[in-house]
Amino acid sequence: MKLITHNMLTSKCIKGVLTGYPLAINATDVKVTEVDYNPDFLSRVIPKLDWEVLWTAANSIGHGEGLPKAVEPKFEENEEFLKKAHKVLLEVEVEEGYLTCPESGRQFPISKGIPNMLLTEAEVQ
Amino acid sequence: MSKRPEHLAPPEVFYNADEARKYTQNSRIIDIQAQMTERCLELLLLPEDSSCLLLDIGCGSGLSGSVVEENGHMWIGLDISPDMLDVAKERETEGDLVLGDMGEGVPFRAGCFDGAISVSALQWLFNADKKSHKPVKRLYNFFSSLYASLSRSARAVFQFYPENESQLELLTSQAMKAGFYGGVVIDYPNSAKAKKFFLVLMTGGAGPLPKALGTDETDNSLQVKYAKREATKGARGKPLKNTRAWLLEKKERRRKQGKETKPDTKYTGRKRSGRF
Repeated sequence: MKLITHNMLTSKCIKGVLTGYPLAINATDVKVTEVDYNPDFLSRVIPKLDWEVLWTAANSIGHGEGLPKAVEPKFEENEEFLKKAHKVLLEVEVEEGYLTCPESGRQFPISKGIPNMLLTEAEVQ
Repeated sequence: MSKRPEHLAPPEVFYNADEARKYTQNSRIIDIQAQMTERCLELLLLPEDSSCLLLDIGCGSGLSGSVVEENGHMWIGLDISPDMLDVAKERETEGDLVLGDMGEGVPFRAGCFDGAISVSALQWLFNADKKSHKPVKRLYNFFSSLYASLSRSARAVFQFYPENESQLELLTSQAMKAGFYGGVVIDYPNSAKAKKFFLVLMTGGAGPLPKALGTDETDNSLQVKYAKREATKGARGKPLKNTRAWLLEKKERRRKQGKETKPDTKYTGRKRSGRF
């Protein structure tokens, strides 16, 4: 699971959970794969992200070094910033571990890099 | 026996390791999936020369995702079958994968996607595979959570295989209820094989529905004409429902089963007169 996905993933589908965001990450295995750098995509997606959540998530899995705490103004022209964002968003992947819902405490296992968001019958709204 | 996979088993069971392998080895399946994805992307009307973040619902082994990548977009895939997702992982697609059930709702934050596509997945929502499944509710859950997760003016395009007209109606009515505008576009409506159904949903304002391919008339995209081949195939030799012949056959069957059945008379299967 890449951190861009984590930034969008919620557990609001659980009955009784209102926002279910952000999910806490507990990672036991993290890997870094190389992905093509695409500044156009990054400048389009960064305004949509919750940067604080990204920053916290990156630090919680130990890849937050050098990542600024807030989005810099005029980040589109700041290549250094975009490169850092690229690495954290698309290259760092959580392979094994689990996500925790902030409201219900429900845990979603991540195995082989795929978070399992399936709910049981009793949890569905 | 029906040939439709939805009638055989729930999706997470049907798409097992064997079935998943087909989606990487069978070049015909790969070709068709790629074509349909191309068409979906065309119908999405994404801003030109920009790379967007798309949601692929029922991404399976990531065949559709590969086409999305070729077009320069990033995608996140949602699927219910772990075996299919394993294949997607093996194929080393660029997109990210999430295991989830679309009927439970799309587990994403509001306004994060520039568009959503789905190739041959939507028809699975009509099934009630568990006791707790209510297709209408699941459709509404799905559409309303999808509506929330799309950014304004984004579109969602679904290629799917409807079984009959009532499914199309149910689908569009639930989508409208969730806030979408749009309708069904039918490509090559007069061809048995090339005929493809696309549900095109729009979030911001009612734009004109895109034109279908392979049609001569200009405005038949919303007219749903569905060949009932599948329905008649299974019913071969059986009399038409709600006719006298059908009723007599039904009573005969009950008699054979030893159940209490009223005798056949000249009144059997007749309509009541208005005076009743």
